[in-house]
Amino acid sequence: MNTLFDKIWDSHVVSLIPDGPTQLYIDRLYCHEVTSPQAFDGLRARGIKCFRPEKIFCMPDHNTPTHDQDKPIEDPVSKRQVDSLERNAKEFGLSYYGMMDPRNGIIHVVGPERGLSLPGMTIVCGDSHTSTHGAVGAVAFGIGTGEVEMVLASQCILQQKPKSMRISIDGKLGKGVTAKDIALYLMMKLTTSGATGYFVEYAGEAVRNLSMEGRLTLSNLSIEMGARGGFIAPDEVTFEYLKGREFAPKGEEWDKAVEYWKTLKSGDDAVFDKELHFDAADIAPMITYGTNPGMGMPIDGKIPVPPCKALDYMGFTSGQSLIGHKIDYVFLGACTNGRIEDFRAFASLVKGHKKAPGVTAWLVPGSWMVDAQIREEGLDKVLEEAGFEIRQPGCSACLAMNDDKIPAGKYSVSTSNRNFEGRQGPGSRTLLASPLTAAAAAITGEVTDPRKFL
Amino acid sequence: MKQKFDIIESSCIPLPLENVDTDQIIPARFLKAVTRDEKFFGENLFRDWRYNADGSLNKDFVLNDPRYSGEILVAGKNFGSGSSREHAAWAIAGYGFRVVISSYFADIHRNNELNNFVLPVVVSEKFLAELFDSIAKDPATRVRVDVGAKTVTNLATGSCESFPLGEYKQYCLMNALDDIDYLLQQKSKIEEYEKKSK
Repeated sequence: MNTLFDKIWDSHVVSLIPDGPTQLYIDRLYCHEVTSPQAFDGLRARGIKCFRPEKIFCMPDHNTPTHDQDKPIEDPVSKRQVDSLERNAKEFGLSYYGMMDPRNGIIHVVGPERGLSLPGMTIVCGDSHTSTHGAVGAVAFGIGTGEVEMVLASQCILQQKPKSMRISIDGKLGKGVTAKDIALYLMMKLTTSGATGYFVEYAGEAVRNLSMEGRLTLSNLSIEMGARGGFIAPDEVTFEYLKGREFAPKGEEWDKAVEYWKTLKSGDDAVFDKELHFDAADIAPMITYGTNPGMGMPIDGKIPVPPCKALDYMGFTSGQSLIGHKIDYVFLGACTNGRIEDFRAFASLVKGHKKAPGVTAWLVPGSWMVDAQIREEGLDKVLEEAGFEIRQPGCSACLAMNDDKIPAGKYSVSTSNRNFEGRQGPGSRTLLASPLTAAAAAITGEVTDPRKFL
Repeated sequence: MKQKFDIIESSCIPLPLENVDTDQIIPARFLKAVTRDEKFFGENLFRDWRYNADGSLNKDFVLNDPRYSGEILVAGKNFGSGSSREHAAWAIAGYGFRVVISSYFADIHRNNELNNFVLPVVVSEKFLAELFDSIAKDPATRVRVDVGAKTVTNLATGSCESFPLGEYKQYCLMNALDDIDYLLQQKSKIEEYEKKSK
């Protein structure tokens, strides 16, 4: 009771269905090309319009190629899906940021950076990583296509209220330990179903000290612990980040908004259904060895599970250390780690080194805005000198729906969010890690503790 | 597909694996469809487990084992984790399953099943283990799911449990109504909320 989650959720309840779900009002719906076409089809079949088109923003990201975006997409199936979104947005009167539009990018990178995701909002998208937007102090969660159709039709969705959990990370993070490592550590501790049924509030000194980019990474990965969503109460870091962004309130409206946002925190007497505490000092740079994100360990650890299907798939053995294991690909990007801070971290580590021969590196900014900032800060030069090229924005090799596919049997150190069998391409073997760990692997050609270079 | 639920009695297809994620249920490359053709998704359910890399049938996978058939899928703990893709529920429905029994479902996937007239039945670890055991002994083992009574029975052993299902969803399933049918009747309430919260 009296948690921030309760405050935001309760203020969006339109009605309670007796013995049923809650009818919840949604402030923002994002649509990408993969999970929306059938929802628009549903509206057409029912002969209805969008109820509140001004609250809905559409952009393609999953299928977009990361090169030659000015040319038509070569894969006809991908092209059809992207074209469908554009046509649907036009037909139903929705904002659309198409490929090559400077506002385009991965939906979960674009929402916060344009100020479309704001504290206190309810935000949904047909995508499990919608939890990302929770970093600004919003209740944000992924939904299915049928639910996308609900929001298109009524700006509401029917949901059971989840339970609440607070995870506090106390103390200070060690050298080379990032928000990604916190998340991989939590998944290792809680498993991929440890937070199922819960909405998580992240708190504690180590979380407060994270930049907005770090908070977005942490919230992004909530779903990988099974949580419905995760969020962080807004504070000065949040306000500083949002101020002046395109859709953030301006002038007097801004002052009024900040005044309200400052009330968005859990009460001192808040009661959570579950509370967990962890010590930041216990967290090391992490890496995964298996085929779900909960199968992670400290980078200098030994694989702690007995022989199993996952280890067979990965070509690893029980008790093995991964340090020094040869890798083939490095992927920096995705809604998890495709923001400016991630590129800064990667560039700072590879500066003055060269990409290892035999490593293919895909560096994919999360949006054109991130791309512009990379160039403004001169990070492109640093990366080029070290032998890296920057590709064009999109989801890319995170789920390999475009042509960025890791070949079967190859090892990829990836800053994305999932290491499922075949996720990065049929037969691909994914090691999830932070941008720093990915950078260390990129210059050495093997799994390497990034702290060696810091 | 909208269809009325009452009592379902069927043999089962066992999948005694834990953490079956939606990438396995329907791999990402099948998400490029822009229509909701359940037959197409059903044909590609568990695609990479059903077929070998060379396109030939994987005879070791349970869906290809002629001993097993039925409208009920029985799966290990934490079924449907990972991506929110509703296509996973379409694939399960498209294959012909009407019920999935597991001791634990991932949240989003559970909702997706319910919205697509596939009933997720949550049972205890004990019930699940016993059911896998019954099916191993006799692949023709039948299970009865009574949506009105919210009970599930292993007809081989007589074990019976009740399973959670909100009254609203129970009503929808038994009357073949979906959520949007309901929400469209609520417009005035929504407008009232919008005025109030400005």
